[in-house]
Amino acid sequence: MAYPMNDDKPSDKRVKKQLTPKRREQSRREFMRTSLLTVGVLGVSLLGYIPILQGSSMRLRPPGAVKQPNDEQAFFSSCIKCGQCVQVCPVEAIKLADMPDGFGIGIPFINARQQACDFSCDGLQCVLACPTGALTHSLDYPADTRMGFARLAHPKTCLAVQGKGFKGPARGADFTGLLRYAEVDRWKPIPVANHPYDLALCNLCVRQCPIEIRIAQCAAMPEEDQQQVARVAQQVGNECPPKHAISMETVDYADGIRRMKPVVQDGCVGCGVCEMICPVEQAAIVVDLDKNADTLGG
Amino acid sequence: MADVGYIKDSLKQLFGFKVARPTKEQQSLALKAIYAKKKGHLSKAEMDAVRREHKGTFLNKWQKRRWLSLIFVNLLFVISYYFDVQLVEGSLTGARVIGFHMADLNSALQIALAYKHIVLNLVIGMLSVFVLWMLLGGRTFCAWVCPYHLLSEWSEYLHLWLAKMNLVKDHSFNRKVRGVFYVAFALLALLTGYTVFDSISPTGILSRALIYGPGIALLWVGLLLLFEIFYSRRAWCRYVCPIGMTYGMVGVFSPVRIKYNAEACHHEGDCRKVCLVPHVLDLTIRGGALDVNQDVASDCTRCGMCVDVCPTDSLTYEIKGLSKMLK
Repeated sequence: MAYPMNDDKPSDKRVKKQLTPKRREQSRREFMRTSLLTVGVLGVSLLGYIPILQGSSMRLRPPGAVKQPNDEQAFFSSCIKCGQCVQVCPVEAIKLADMPDGFGIGIPFINARQQACDFSCDGLQCVLACPTGALTHSLDYPADTRMGFARLAHPKTCLAVQGKGFKGPARGADFTGLLRYAEVDRWKPIPVANHPYDLALCNLCVRQCPIEIRIAQCAAMPEEDQQQVARVAQQVGNECPPKHAISMETVDYADGIRRMKPVVQDGCVGCGVCEMICPVEQAAIVVDLDKNADTLGG
Repeated sequence: MADVGYIKDSLKQLFGFKVARPTKEQQSLALKAIYAKKKGHLSKAEMDAVRREHKGTFLNKWQKRRWLSLIFVNLLFVISYYFDVQLVEGSLTGARVIGFHMADLNSALQIALAYKHIVLNLVIGMLSVFVLWMLLGGRTFCAWVCPYHLLSEWSEYLHLWLAKMNLVKDHSFNRKVRGVFYVAFALLALLTGYTVFDSISPTGILSRALIYGPGIALLWVGLLLLFEIFYSRRAWCRYVCPIGMTYGMVGVFSPVRIKYNAEACHHEGDCRKVCLVPHVLDLTIRGGALDVNQDVASDCTRCGMCVDVCPTDSLTYEIKGLSKMLK
């Protein structure tokens, strides 16, 4: 019943609700309103299913996300939508999704083309920050992550396939994306726009792949440290990435032009740096979400 | 810490049931004597004189402190994010406060039901929050921290102003519907495997919008506020929000309460007119209390609006166990 606003007649409160026709009518109306409210609010809350069923809520997720390709339910249900992962990422790759993602609202994702995850945190900081295990602690190193799997989606536009080089900032002077270049600054990522290239044959995706860079670092370690590395790798299993992620292979069109093309290997984790760094207007190489290194066989 | 009657009354009110008016046998002799002394009630003119004499202008003391606290807490999150100060990280649904994990109880419950697995850090977060709000008063979260509460309060002023001009009317709902929503959202999380409530919770949406930037979700919050301005006063907090329910249950064990003293009370109901949950103040109606001093039950948000407005200072904050009273 409507709470009495006017208390000049306290005696009304003492009388038990009398079932006068007016009272009954008011009670009925309140019941109708309440039922409508219930159906309305619960109905609105269930609209969140629609983007899931349509697949439009599927996105590239931070490393460690407890999702399967094509099924993000576990990730959605374990995420408390706090944004601690957002705060801790040194390249600010992680953003929280908005209402059009339905049940995916508030849940972190990465838009690789704008800003990929380059593992410049050197320790999967987002995973460490997550309080609910939505980004699972069961992995330790970048090579363990399964964010997605890269694919040369538009080989015809790939510069290397065309036999072309590349000169200048990879995504233009106005691009705001960041990348950690260890030879420039070991710790701090810098704008990609501040790191121009001059390549006879474009190989940016392979050159900047964080997994490939780490493999090269491991290989370059002096002999004594190599043994150390082997011991650590034995104990922990994967400090140095065990598999290659991407490599350039020769392409022969029998026209005398030296061409190569990037070939994605088993060790690709789907971080998206290749997609971000590809200088072509619409990235020739993209990260697919419907598979990862573990599901390649089908 | 809380006697059985208090716990029962609190739970009854939380789930929308009316607490039965005490019978003459249940009331203390001292209380009955006080009621007897106040046989007739004051006329409007006399009541106005009391208000003027005791309070003068509307004090708003506790309201000012509360708004400051609310803005401060939310600002702390924003500043911590923008200046990368690791004091308070995250948002209201999940945070680390100087390293300590804190997880909103209702969000954690949704995860427990939907994901069906709770990691240790989340358990720690739940425990911290449970202890914190058990000490501070359960629904104190609503009035002193929740950003939606503040927007809803401002909308309430707008609603009351329009209502005074007869442009809008307050439509009430059956208070039991809050319990229905509580169970429904819990079941939805369990059965769908998604944290359904969290996807529409204005608390989470607003907290994230303040910190990480605005989004389309604010339109939903705007819709709720419009509903509260033009159709039903404070509807979300009163009839729907399971966060309030959860904290209300936690607050049953809290030592921080509003205490009612019947001696000087004129039973005019100024307190009930400003209260978010006026049913908790039924004990201020003449004949409605059990004893001369009685605590307001735990659906109360400890907002202090009643403390501010009462012309006879019959409602005060108290911390049970501490003999001094807060004024």
